[in-house]
Amino acid sequence: MADPEIKSYEPHHESQSAAVTESRPVRITLTTVTLVFLGIFLLLPLIIVFKEAFAKGVGAYFQSLGDADTRSAIRLTLLVAAISVPLNLVFGLSAAWAIAKFEFKGKAFLTTLIDLPFSVSPVISGLVYVLLFGAQGLLGEWLNAHGIQILFAVPGIVLATVFVTFPFVARELIPLMQEQGNGDEEAALSLGANGWQAFWYVTLPNIKWGLLYGVLLCNARAMGEFGAVSVVSGHIRGLTNTMPLHVEILYNEYNAVGAFAVASLLAGLALVTLVLKTLLEMRYGPEIAATRGH
Amino acid sequence: MTTAPAHAGWRFRQPSVIPGFGLTLGFSLAYLTLIILIPLSGLIWRSAALGWTDFWALATDRRTLKALEISFGTAFIAAAVNVVFGTLVAWVLVRYRFPGRRVVDAMVDLPFALPTAVAGIALTTLYAPTGWLGKLLMPLGLKVAYTPLGIIVALVFIGLPFVVRTVQPIMEELDKEVEEAAATLGASRFQIITRVLFPGLAPAVITGFSLAFARGVGEYGSVIFIAGNLPYKSEIAPLLIVIRLEEYNYPAATAIAAIMLALSFAMLLLINLVQTWSRKRYG
Repeated sequence: MADPEIKSYEPHHESQSAAVTESRPVRITLTTVTLVFLGIFLLLPLIIVFKEAFAKGVGAYFQSLGDADTRSAIRLTLLVAAISVPLNLVFGLSAAWAIAKFEFKGKAFLTTLIDLPFSVSPVISGLVYVLLFGAQGLLGEWLNAHGIQILFAVPGIVLATVFVTFPFVARELIPLMQEQGNGDEEAALSLGANGWQAFWYVTLPNIKWGLLYGVLLCNARAMGEFGAVSVVSGHIRGLTNTMPLHVEILYNEYNAVGAFAVASLLAGLALVTLVLKTLLEMRYGPEIAATRGH
Repeated sequence: MTTAPAHAGWRFRQPSVIPGFGLTLGFSLAYLTLIILIPLSGLIWRSAALGWTDFWALATDRRTLKALEISFGTAFIAAAVNVVFGTLVAWVLVRYRFPGRRVVDAMVDLPFALPTAVAGIALTTLYAPTGWLGKLLMPLGLKVAYTPLGIIVALVFIGLPFVVRTVQPIMEELDKEVEEAAATLGASRFQIITRVLFPGLAPAVITGFSLAFARGVGEYGSVIFIAGNLPYKSEIAPLLIVIRLEEYNYPAATAIAAIMLALSFAMLLLINLVQTWSRKRYG
């Protein structure tokens, strides 16, 4: 990479280095400003979560995590992620196969549609399901007559979560598979493999790290989603409260230790996600598409 | 690559020896339609069913207009702040070497990974009058928590990685030789940055701004804790949608959502046009 090259400029030829970088005081000032800014905006919020969670000691922390409503919120969050992430994983693989392996009309438009949920407010992502399945909704009466509960129940929460995490796996895989081309699969097919074998033994090993990367980001958002889930959940304690919703309820009841204890679990999840993501980028950078973000 | 067939004529897809096109495209389209397209068209259908007069009355309601103004205004300011600091963060991460750089680089993605509700209560605790930062800002006469300023702080947090992660890869690709050439020709460092480097970065900066802005307009979880949520003062549009829903006032919720979607798409379109223009202008 460029690192050694930049370093070699600096100490020896002061005049030359001035041409391609700033003077030392400017560099130190800019670095300090950046670190102070990031410290205030990123590090402090993270520290305060754990500080508040343990404000009344380790005992109070574990006691609030052992609370029955908290435990049911944790179970619901795990359940919702366990359903919605695999759904979007299958969709991501399928969409990436169709888009990356074939040339067809309307491909660019389809790719744009897949990204659509990112430009919709989470609240609106929840609202659209209320308009569809709610009491005044288009299907509300029919669902009511047949005794099917979607809103204010687990199916609604899963649907809203699937909506907001929809693009994650697909947008990670599409550029990666486009970059890799069709050569490997064509070789496997010409050697007598069938389509499934080509996918299973050739494509999947090629994309596994990129796939893991997408699943990681998808899972973090699925477990942390607040706005969309909040609209469809109905906030029934012990029944339809996910962890982020439970954080809100505890916080509004002035139960700071309880709220921050649950929040610390979510912050821990975020940290694990970041560490795994960084490790994947460091070790398998070229095998993960260069698209970052969201 | 598969090549186009010899005979001309319109065809939906180019032939390929790879199987599974029908299955994967069919499944993807069905899933996309069920999860995204039908629910979203439901929203459009419901707002169209309101009729123009009713829709206009709901849309021009004073509280609605104020909430939209607050959402779009604070998101704009926060995205502008992020353009300045996000570009600076990207510059320092790409150009300078200091201990812990990799950790700092990884930390930039924290707002993507941290659930918004957690960010919301953490920021509120920090900036409350008794909090670590609130205590310091109080004597300066700055009230952040429970004011529109708090909304901007939350949106700066949420939007920062969008700018950094769009600008950073472009900065890494900048050709050092162009800078050296400019320096040899007598340009000052300031001239090099403003005349040589910035034009190359402009499209990425605009993209980062638009992503941060779009995200900020729709943001809910991190804002509602810190905002104070006073109607006409610090009530954002997504919150007003939730309030109308809780009142079972579906038409009002639908109207606000439709306006937000329309404005967001108009903004994205406008920014796309600006980007195309700046690519042509600066190559």
